[in-house]
Amino acid sequence: MPPDRDTLMLMLERMYRIRLFEETVIEIHSTGELQGPAHPYIGEEAVAVGACAALRDTDYIAGNHRSHGHPIAKGGDLKRALAELLGKQGGYCHGKGGSMHLADFSVGILGESGIVASSVPIATGAALASKQQGKDFVSLVFFGDGASNQGACHESMNLASLWNLPVIFLCENNQYAITTSYKNSVSVDHVSDRAPAYNMPGVLVDGQDAIAVYEAVTVAVQRARAGEGPTLIEALTYRFEDHSLGLDRIRKSAYRSEEEVEEWRKRDPLDIHEEALISTGVATREECDAMKSDVVVLVAEALEFARESPYPEPSDLFEDMWADPIPAP
Amino acid sequence: MPEMTYVAAIAEATREEMERDESVYLMGEDIRQSVYGASAGLVDLFGEDRVIDTPLSESGFFGAAIGSSLVGQRPIVETVTSFFWVGMDQMISQASKMRYMFGGQATLPVTWRARMFYARGAAAHHSDRNYPVFMNCPGIKIICPTNPYDAKGLLKTAVRDNDPCILFEDGIAISSRGEVPANEDLPNGELLVPFGEARIVREGTDVTVVGVAGGVAHAEAAADVMAQEGVSVEVIDPRTLVPLDKKTILKSVEKTGRLVIADPAHKVCSAASEIASIVAEEGFWSLQAPIMKVASEQVNIPYSPALEPLVYPTPERVVAAIRETLS
Ligand SMILES: Cc1ncc(C[n+]2csc(CCOP(=O)(O)OP(=O)(O)O)c2C)c(N)n1
Ligand SMILES: [Mg+2]
Repeated sequence: MPPDRDTLMLMLERMYRIRLFEETVIEIHSTGELQGPAHPYIGEEAVAVGACAALRDTDYIAGNHRSHGHPIAKGGDLKRALAELLGKQGGYCHGKGGSMHLADFSVGILGESGIVASSVPIATGAALASKQQGKDFVSLVFFGDGASNQGACHESMNLASLWNLPVIFLCENNQYAITTSYKNSVSVDHVSDRAPAYNMPGVLVDGQDAIAVYEAVTVAVQRARAGEGPTLIEALTYRFEDHSLGLDRIRKSAYRSEEEVEEWRKRDPLDIHEEALISTGVATREECDAMKSDVVVLVAEALEFARESPYPEPSDLFEDMWADPIPAP
Repeated sequence: MPEMTYVAAIAEATREEMERDESVYLMGEDIRQSVYGASAGLVDLFGEDRVIDTPLSESGFFGAAIGSSLVGQRPIVETVTSFFWVGMDQMISQASKMRYMFGGQATLPVTWRARMFYARGAAAHHSDRNYPVFMNCPGIKIICPTNPYDAKGLLKTAVRDNDPCILFEDGIAISSRGEVPANEDLPNGELLVPFGEARIVREGTDVTVVGVAGGVAHAEAAADVMAQEGVSVEVIDPRTLVPLDKKTILKSVEKTGRLVIADPAHKVCSAASEIASIVAEEGFWSLQAPIMKVASEQVNIPYSPALEPLVYPTPERVVAAIRETLS
């Protein structure tokens, strides 16, 4: 079932948001305004956007270290995201989390994990609760090809299948875990090939095509809501930038060739989605450009907000530790 | 004496041990591309069988390293302190306990080398200074080199040691450069630093400051400040926490009567706590002032650059503690 016009346009807008957000992040990292590690999502936008467009606001998502795009795709606020990256009071987590933890719980984002695969059981638990509470909320977790090799991932899939949980395991196979090709780390041809071992459907989808991702996730969501259990989806995609900003020591060409990167850049998910909309008459080039210009303004406003937001006060250091506070040691 | 970086010292020790003993091999994530800098070129020297890139599977490959050590291999596992949590069951349930449980039949010469990043805006998931957790579990030797000399000498000793060892590569210490003697200038032709021997970084008479891992640099900086005021600070680097050279610490406190401990771990049940309790139990009558612990606040590591520096020990906090013991 193809997405309707509003959904297609929303997907385009969210893709612009992610791309321009990430370009801003790269810029402010290069000037030193943003410090610490940050993992750009450029090239993979179609996965987050296609998946989140198939979800409701009440559904849950969880992410990983490369999770600027996931909260934005789910409808998270750009201002608070950038403020978080700058470690400001106005950030989602009041500056406690930063780049790898851009969680906005108000739109169903259950957090991201810097520890690879550590969110997979968390999303599985949210699905368990949805079932226990008699709700039809679906839980979707984004994780990498590298993460797919962690015990936590395998154990979660077994649990989810055993307990018939409404969870979608969405593997973003961008083909590398830092420098390690998935061909050297995954024992089957594709991560999705593992699904039969857990007795759940496994789907391989073109991760550069937001509509294809949307359609695959929509089928999985329907299954989950109908009480038919989990699905493993592998979106084949590519990271256009370095693994992490600031990790210059790894020579770019040492583990993947310039040609390979250039080939994949030709399959830019934004171009593919624009093309799809223009060629089917859903939008004109002018409409796309106008939308993009609006997003440029949005991101600029977000950066301004982030810059103006105050830093946390020293007294905030101990805030947020406990739900039921205890005396200091 | 030639100077080298901490990371180069680790690399040199690894290469020498791999050359010396065929059973030594290196295992970890992205080590062939040397993501953390200390394994560059090793795959060209020793081949893919001995320089093994693993999938992201800490529980699996930590356990595999342990299993291989049980039957004659000597693995060096490269990781990051925060990823220990993933492989913890293998480290604690197996590595630390097997020998004892099996009545001494098992020998487990496995060494973990873990980069201990903190104070660099990486938030709570990538800032773990977790050596005290392992100190609480009998069965693993714990090594905290704070300069290139010790990094090389202690890693070589760890590889030859027949028990599980963890080397914590402190994020502050790894930026250090220092003198490391060439092998031909050493009496035995190689640099081995024994476990359980503290280093007296500088002698002093008024206050003892024990630095743990990155705390050593703060202790030295604080000693410089106090020297200008005419206070003589003795700085001690235990170098290994298990075994801990308590004799050197107790002897120093006997001389100075005052003890400050600078430890970047969280202060509850830290290495500082253990050292303080030993001195309280065994050196109480030497003390002229309460022992001061300068350790990290008991809070998770915040991301914000406005908050993170408030958590850790600093030279200023060590100075303040020294002043307090003198007041
Ligand atoms: C448990 C754990 N081990 C190692 C790391 C270091 N690390 C961070 S990201 C990464 C690669 C992750 O690869 P993948 O899951 O494919 O995600 P990608 O970065 O490609 O999006 C590694 C090894 C970590 N953060 N957590
Ligand atoms: Mg990947």
